Amino acid sequence: MAQHDMIFSGFGGQGIQSAGMLIAYAGMLENKFVSFLPSYGPEMRGGTSNCHVIVSDEEIGSPILNSATALMAMNRPSLDKFESSIVPGGIILVDSSLVNRSSDRKDVKVFEIPASNIASEMGNLTYANIIMLGKLLSETGVVSFDFFEKALKKVLPERRHYMIPEEMKALEIGMKY
Amino acid sequence: MGEKILMKGNEVIAEAALRAGCKHYFGYPITPQTEIAHYFAKKMPQYGGTFVQAESEIAAMNMVYGAASAGARAMTSSSSPGISLKQEAISYTACAELPAVVVNIVRCGPGLGGILAAQCDYFQATKGGGHGDYRLVVLAPSSVQELYELTVDAFNIADRYRTICMVMGDGMLGQMMEAVEFRDTEEKFETDKSWATTGSGMKREHNIVTSIYIEPEILEKHNLKLQAKYAEITKNETRVETFNCEDADIIVAAYGTVARIIKNVIKTAEKDGIKVGLIRPITLWPFPTAAFEKYAEVPKAFLAVEMSAGQMVEDVRLAVNGKRPVHFHGRMGGMIPTQKEILQKIKEILK
Amino acid sequence: MATVFKKPHALTDLPMHYCPGCTHGIVHRLVAEVIDELGIEGSTVGVSSVGCSYNNYLYFNCDMVQAAHGRAPAVATGIKRVHPENAVFTYQGDGDLAAIGTAEIVHVAVRGEKITTIFVNNAIYGMTSGQMAPTTLIGQVTTTSPFGRKPEIQGYPVNVCEMLSTLPGAVFVERVSTHDIKNINNAKKAIKKAFQVQLAGLGFSIVEVLSTCPTNWGLDPIQSLKWIEEKMIPQYPLGNFRGKDLEV
Repeated sequence: MAQHDMIFSGFGGQGIQSAGMLIAYAGMLENKFVSFLPSYGPEMRGGTSNCHVIVSDEEIGSPILNSATALMAMNRPSLDKFESSIVPGGIILVDSSLVNRSSDRKDVKVFEIPASNIASEMGNLTYANIIMLGKLLSETGVVSFDFFEKALKKVLPERRHYMIPEEMKALEIGMKY
Repeated sequence: MGEKILMKGNEVIAEAALRAGCKHYFGYPITPQTEIAHYFAKKMPQYGGTFVQAESEIAAMNMVYGAASAGARAMTSSSSPGISLKQEAISYTACAELPAVVVNIVRCGPGLGGILAAQCDYFQATKGGGHGDYRLVVLAPSSVQELYELTVDAFNIADRYRTICMVMGDGMLGQMMEAVEFRDTEEKFETDKSWATTGSGMKREHNIVTSIYIEPEILEKHNLKLQAKYAEITKNETRVETFNCEDADIIVAAYGTVARIIKNVIKTAEKDGIKVGLIRPITLWPFPTAAFEKYAEVPKAFLAVEMSAGQMVEDVRLAVNGKRPVHFHGRMGGMIPTQKEILQKIKEILK
Repeated sequence: MATVFKKPHALTDLPMHYCPGCTHGIVHRLVAEVIDELGIEGSTVGVSSVGCSYNNYLYFNCDMVQAAHGRAPAVATGIKRVHPENAVFTYQGDGDLAAIGTAEIVHVAVRGEKITTIFVNNAIYGMTSGQMAPTTLIGQVTTTSPFGRKPEIQGYPVNVCEMLSTLPGAVFVERVSTHDIKNINNAKKAIKKAFQVQLAGLGFSIVEVLSTCPTNWGLDPIQSLKWIEEKMIPQYPLGNFRGKDLEV
């Protein structure tokens, strides 16, 4: 049985919740069982934002994760907080434009991607989360490229569909990084 | 069935209510259920209904009392501290035999407590809450899909029996997103509401909706009528899911979010050669006593797992009636019991 | 034979339970006459509250709903929102409206809910046997202010009309009295206008009716009428606070 337990974390405004939701949506479109659990309440008022996403071949028990197979950390506090939650053999993705340290973990795969810098160069900082997701897709295969595009169509409001080709370009950059 | 949509539990509750023909929602903001109000506020105009943000939880439930008196499908929602405030009007609504739906997305208490998921309102929901001899039908969904289906059912049960139906989820179910598939149309229980205070039109005697019966003989008679109705509900509406119970070494009783975790535990335990069964009450009241009676002598022991100090476990003990030991494992304060700790508890019990 | 006086159709035949000299019966009659005159009995829903008039659902011939203590404005809101075409009124005493139900009455006015409230102010809790109400006068002896209401201990009387008339949603606000024929006639005019304001969809309307409680005041009926005139009116001046010139 394949199950991906993922934690997405960063500052509010970095598209953390959207990133998690896109993966959950794509998983659902691929006919997998999915759950998406946002952090809520006072926790989200301090400017940090995280969510737990599960994509599984089987019915999902608890949507809350005590440990995860993948972490996408888009700021330093996120890495500090969740680094130890990743199971051996799991992966940690770090936006190295914003996180000024490396992970000490030797039993997981760590990828440092300057996603925010790349996105800035592309002319739109909001693609940083998509670039990170690209690497998540290529490393874990949690969802496919095609279904990710389908999910974008579902999640983005119609008036922003014109952005999809650029978003997919950002995804590819991340996948190849 | 339509296509699968990824939706937040709270929003699904509101969407389900709209599909069930609820055009009158009265609420007051409180975490972690406020998205229900957001959804209604946005959608109600399309449905030609009314959304009122009340001055308090007390007022909101009294507005439901009024709207139900007038014959409408009406609903309010809140989370634990807010549900406490609604208890006065819940008791009146029960006595006046008004159909209404109340949603409680439970958070951890007591007091203001915290905003994370808990199951600490079981007593309040199933054993009273307000004053007097009354019952609520309490539905306990354990997935976003079930939030949808049971919310629709809640309106039908409420109308069928002229009773209050509570949908009791928790902060996690309310906040999480899962796939949900909506039916094209909902089956609506059609009932005669000629008792409603809609204005007599000068065509009939005036209708009266009341919860006061000063004469003891009349009030006792009214109570007996309520009790007969609750007996009828118990007979017809008790719902339960049993899983893996035949020849189980241990049967776990759990509802809502916790039942999901138990399903994972069952798989893990199997690898260790332990057969774990699950009895998941879907109606917390009426409690599915018969399911426990049926399997009472199958396992070595029962274990109730709850996000509380031990509330449902009392009903499990009553149902098992001394035939087997009934153990308890609970977490509080917004902590979620983990698979690991539950499995450990099971192993201790079976040792 | 010419009929010179008859019971309004909107009142049932049941004998009322009120004490001798209590003016609740007069207020009921005025509301019923207005319902008759406007021809709205079949489309009116009344909300009874908790207090001496708790069971006036038996006395009015229109559809009636009994509400919890203080909650009548919230219940009326629910009823009105389901059938906006109906006339909805609450009938509340001073304990119900100005103590336990303060939030509900203020917010029904804040929302400008299109309902009418008949507020019977007799400066005391009648049904529970003469306790101090928020509207009890300074110096007034009650079972819970046995030495007379003292501002330094129990604070001051609440002037509901003055308070509510600061809210834009309360479009018609008037205080009337039942202590003589002239004032009873004025009371009826105000109640009628309050219903008309509602029917015109203009907003919330309230009529405060100064009323007697001979039993708990310890006065006979005639003395009680005088007491309204001499003691209550100086604290609760009669008149219109809002909506005098509304065209309805």
